[in-house]
Amino acid sequence: MTAVDWNAERARAIIDSHRALRGALLPMLHALQEEFGYVDQAAVPLLAAGLNLSQAEIHGVISFYHEFRQSRPGRHVVKVCVAEACQARGSDTLVEHLKSRLGLDLGQTGSDGVFTLEAVYCLGNCALGPSAVVDDRLLGRLSPARLDGALA
Amino acid sequence: MSKPVTLYVPCDAAALSVGADAVAAAIAAEAEARRLPVQIIRNGSRGMLWLEPLVEVVTNQGRVAYGPVAADQVAELFDAGFLDGHPHPLGHGPTEEIFYFKHQQRLTFARCGLIDPLSVEDYRAHGGFAGLERALTLSPAEIVAEVTQSGLRGRGGAGFPTGIKWNTVLNAEGSEKFVCCNADEGDSGTFADRMIIEGDPFLLIEGMTIAALAVGARQGYVYLRSEYPHAVATLREAIRRAYEQDWLGRNIHGSGHDFHLEVRMGAGSYVCGEETAMLESLEGKRGMVRAKPPIPALEGLFGQPTIVNNVLTLTSVPVVLAKGADFYRDFGAGRSHGTQPFQLAGNIQRGGLVELAFGVSLHDLIYRYGGGTASGRPLRAVQVGGPLGAYVPESMLGLSADYESMNEAGAMLGHGGIVVFDDSVRMAHMARFAMDFCAVESCGKCTPCRIGSTRGREVLDKIVDGIDVADNMALLDDLCTVMRDGSLCAMGGLTPLPVQSAIRHFPEDFVQGRRLP
Repeated sequence: MTAVDWNAERARAIIDSHRALRGALLPMLHALQEEFGYVDQAAVPLLAAGLNLSQAEIHGVISFYHEFRQSRPGRHVVKVCVAEACQARGSDTLVEHLKSRLGLDLGQTGSDGVFTLEAVYCLGNCALGPSAVVDDRLLGRLSPARLDGALA
Repeated sequence: MSKPVTLYVPCDAAALSVGADAVAAAIAAEAEARRLPVQIIRNGSRGMLWLEPLVEVVTNQGRVAYGPVAADQVAELFDAGFLDGHPHPLGHGPTEEIFYFKHQQRLTFARCGLIDPLSVEDYRAHGGFAGLERALTLSPAEIVAEVTQSGLRGRGGAGFPTGIKWNTVLNAEGSEKFVCCNADEGDSGTFADRMIIEGDPFLLIEGMTIAALAVGARQGYVYLRSEYPHAVATLREAIRRAYEQDWLGRNIHGSGHDFHLEVRMGAGSYVCGEETAMLESLEGKRGMVRAKPPIPALEGLFGQPTIVNNVLTLTSVPVVLAKGADFYRDFGAGRSHGTQPFQLAGNIQRGGLVELAFGVSLHDLIYRYGGGTASGRPLRAVQVGGPLGAYVPESMLGLSADYESMNEAGAMLGHGGIVVFDDSVRMAHMARFAMDFCAVESCGKCTPCRIGSTRGREVLDKIVDGIDVADNMALLDDLCTVMRDGSLCAMGGLTPLPVQSAIRHFPEDFVQGRRLP
């Protein structure tokens, strides 16, 4: 993860650069998360001012979408697919392995800030499951051992 | 120096997930060490995903396939003379002679895996833009008539006739009109949208431009899920190149027509695959489903007349225009015309994409193409059409894969995803998962879906725990009826389908004390 620390000035510039788009809020939120790794609470008033919307509306959108994080993730993010096709290939075993190896439940970030473990519903790799994403890298035909290799 | 040998190594996300980049790098390094000139083209996937990474070598006999190749096997492939197409245990002979590929009817995926996805020249050399060129000579009504005549129906799952939808938008009044492509391919077991966008992105651009010409739209959006970063990057680059070569933008090739196209990323919400939720999301709002009417064709994006079509629908349009409605219409069964890219997934030996005319049996797809389960254990259940699709037992695999036959059997074809489970599957667990998924992904607008899914999960927990099983089964049945009849969209309306089909076909799993999770 190459995310930088929250910076209001940088956030304002990102918001401004997307203002010309129609339906600009999602592109803005993606750009903020790309930059900072999450959407900081402090971005809400900036977005509201930039789009002439209420803060409640902005918060409503951020909280609706699973993809937008409201707190800083770990340095490494592991997303494991829990949808049906991966279940058919034993993703349950993979999830249990990850939970015990990382000491985290799904949706948690370690207190040392190293790992975040998340569940996702389908990565579109359903013929080569079970699948996971480690730091933006899609991995298929996973076994606990192969996944350990990717985490090392 | 001899003439360089051309090799193809896919850059499709599935191929990358099993090491295609490392294989391409190893080939380049090995060739350099041996002073053998090679040219490596990164293509889309041929769809034989069980063979990925699939390396193809261009030889005198055509393209010869090797796979699945691991980076540490590259040296031995060179030793065996694979650059001349010589045999090796990983070799499969000419790619297009492989049974899985040879018997497909590829109309939509004709170029996928064959060409360099980002080369306009390669696209044109293989018949690309022929449909658009013809459309530019036709009136909007003539384009719509051609699409109507072809019998093309929405490939997103609902199967609504595309030509009728387009005709409504054509005749609608609006200050502007839009073409929106639904690329929010959230169904587990499906990957055809992703594959075609990564393997032949100009095809989608061409299909959307034809749609725009047909209804007089000047702006289009592709709503592409954020779980597909490779597809997003590929499509954005393809759009950039299409603008550069005058296939998008103002006055396309001097035709007087403008069409602008933009990719918008979803944000991990399954319900945004529902067309009205997708429109809300494109407008920058929560992905809440809209009540219909009004239909999007009349009041869609920003309240204007809008075509909303799935990727596979729009990518089927160019061939309809290029080869004519009758050519396309002749494929298929009953009222399901044309071809469907079926996706074989889950516990299957030869997973991948098989494009065939509607009407092939599930059995043929799963056994003749897919080779049965990957685990080698007996097949027990197949889920067809994504998380909202029915579970089908082995005894029903004779079913014809077309819209009407599936519906009559109490199942649905959906987006053509087929997920295979072996006999280790616990069906009560899968039914609970369906309710749980609906609880997580419901937009919350209507009560049957929002509350019903949570109650459904609770009731299934009780059944699994053996608490008042008979009473709770009756309650679950009642709840499913309310969700099916009372939900605003397919999310709540179809969640009962996997639940009730699991109960109907696998009742033994819902009796306490057997196959408990």
